[in-house]
Amino acid sequence: MSDAFAGGSDRRDRLKRVALYAVLVAMAGFYLIPIETGLMTAITSPETYTGQTPFLPPLEPLVSGTGSFSLAPWANAFDGLARGLANSFILVVPATVLSGLLGSMAAYGLTNVEWRGQIAVYVLFIAGIFIPYQAVLVPLTQFWYNVVPLQAAFGPLAAAVPLVQEYHWKLVALIVTHTAYGIPICTLLFRAHYKKLSDEMIEAARLDGASVSTIYRRIVLPLSVPMFAVVFIYQFTQIWNDLLFALTIVQFGDASVVTQELVGIGVSQSGTNFPLRMAAALLAALPTLVVYVLFGDKFAKGVTA
Amino acid sequence: MLETLKDRYSRTGEESTVRSLLDRESVRSAPFWGPPFLLVALFVYGAVVWNGVLSLTDFTGIGSPDYGTLDFENYVVAFTGGTPTWSDLTVDPIWNSAQNTVVLMIVFAAVCLALGLVLAILVDRGIRFENTFRTIYLLPMSLSFVVTAKFWLYMYNPQTGLINIGIQALGFGPVEFVQNPELKLGAVAFALIWQFSGYAMIVYLAALRGIPSSHFEAARVDGASTVRMYRRVIVPQLRTATVSALVVITVFALKAFDFLFSMYGGYQPGPSADILATRMVREAYANQNWAYGSTIAVVLFVMALFIIAPYIYSQYRRGEL
Repeated sequence: MSDAFAGGSDRRDRLKRVALYAVLVAMAGFYLIPIETGLMTAITSPETYTGQTPFLPPLEPLVSGTGSFSLAPWANAFDGLARGLANSFILVVPATVLSGLLGSMAAYGLTNVEWRGQIAVYVLFIAGIFIPYQAVLVPLTQFWYNVVPLQAAFGPLAAAVPLVQEYHWKLVALIVTHTAYGIPICTLLFRAHYKKLSDEMIEAARLDGASVSTIYRRIVLPLSVPMFAVVFIYQFTQIWNDLLFALTIVQFGDASVVTQELVGIGVSQSGTNFPLRMAAALLAALPTLVVYVLFGDKFAKGVTA
Repeated sequence: MLETLKDRYSRTGEESTVRSLLDRESVRSAPFWGPPFLLVALFVYGAVVWNGVLSLTDFTGIGSPDYGTLDFENYVVAFTGGTPTWSDLTVDPIWNSAQNTVVLMIVFAAVCLALGLVLAILVDRGIRFENTFRTIYLLPMSLSFVVTAKFWLYMYNPQTGLINIGIQALGFGPVEFVQNPELKLGAVAFALIWQFSGYAMIVYLAALRGIPSSHFEAARVDGASTVRMYRRVIVPQLRTATVSALVVITVFALKAFDFLFSMYGGYQPGPSADILATRMVREAYANQNWAYGSTIAVVLFVMALFIIAPYIYSQYRRGEL
């Protein structure tokens, strides 16, 4: 009797377990299928693309109607996006490093000190995270185009220094803007980390006569390395993925970043070239996808800590 | 000790005030928080104030803004519509896009949180390959809004989109999602949920892990069913996680401009999917109604304040700042 009962509940447990995994796998499918469909379409030659089975790999001539395999969409996507990709890299590296470093400094200056005013300053930093970009776009455009003579300064600079082009002034403007808007979230992430650092260690260093900056360089900075990983991942993704600041500060022309170039790709008079468009979307997403697959765990731990 | 006392006595008058001022922690830490604070003060808060002033002008992009005559005309136009002095055309009030913004935000946030919570509970049940599942659920978050829009534009396509292939396999006609006024906003919300529900899952999962396992066991010993246990014992403890996930997700919703711009290939998503974020950029950058764009930006800013202020206040009350 009791055996039969145990057997029954065992089977029920096993059924529950199977159902659990079925739901988990189905949800994984839900999150992956738009990306998978895009990938399969992106490796189909546009001439043989029919659109009847966008989620299947191109297996012609084995399976008819699926189109034949080709990497031409990727080559074309790369041609179309090359300039944007280059500009995005020029933008994203300094902006990520600068906002991370300044955020760490701000968090340090506002955490391990005995000063009551720090809360007020900190609130201004935190509120900055949630301010919609729209609230500052018009002044920013005015500032970079009509107030700062950055464009005029870049004319002679481009003539004197190799590799520097006049249009780079827009990227510099974008780097400064992204840095300023990245500082608040970086400060928040670093401060949560610094509050957990041992007070005793810092107090001991202070009693030994270490200055504020020595403590930062010798103790706090080396202990921030894991947090820098989180912050860099976050900022890299945010800045690489942004469209709005680029649209309003770069506007158009040689300094366009990859998200701007992606908006219009794959559309022509003769209709939409889906293989090209999907290849371009994946190519533009590749850097952040790689970063997430490699370091996603670290990131998840950092944001929720 | 003796030395410090001697030190203190040797300082006199002005010198000691200067010394003690320099010794203050606020001053000594200023080189650290000062430069980042200046950047934020100038580019964030300076720009917000400047934007507020611009919203009172009639700036339409010609020459420089005239700060001599300031009035609230733009706000009257924003709330009631009409023909402003700076234009020959009638300008629509913002109610339609404000309503879309609120609807999108509520639907998006509510479904994201609910789905995130369910996923977190499932992932928390001691499963194998947990890291793999988590990475997959979080993967869409790494994508740009522009990329997500391209993927879903393809998924929704009436001829070649996977969703319509599925619908047709069931024997129904192709459905137009992206350009259909009745389904547009839903289609946008669905794609955004796809992108960000993984984030809610991560936040809830961390919170679930923080609940002592004795709480789960106590409920189990009491003979409570699993569903009841979660509802009565676990979910009430997730308030903090809900608030922090909600704030971040709402901010993502406010940024949906990038998505709409990419989905509709420009500034015109059409009236039924127009949100304040697109309306603002369209007025300023496409129609050159700069001051009016600034006005809509102020409205958006105030809406954001309604989310930020209670959040920061509650953080402050709980001593988490």
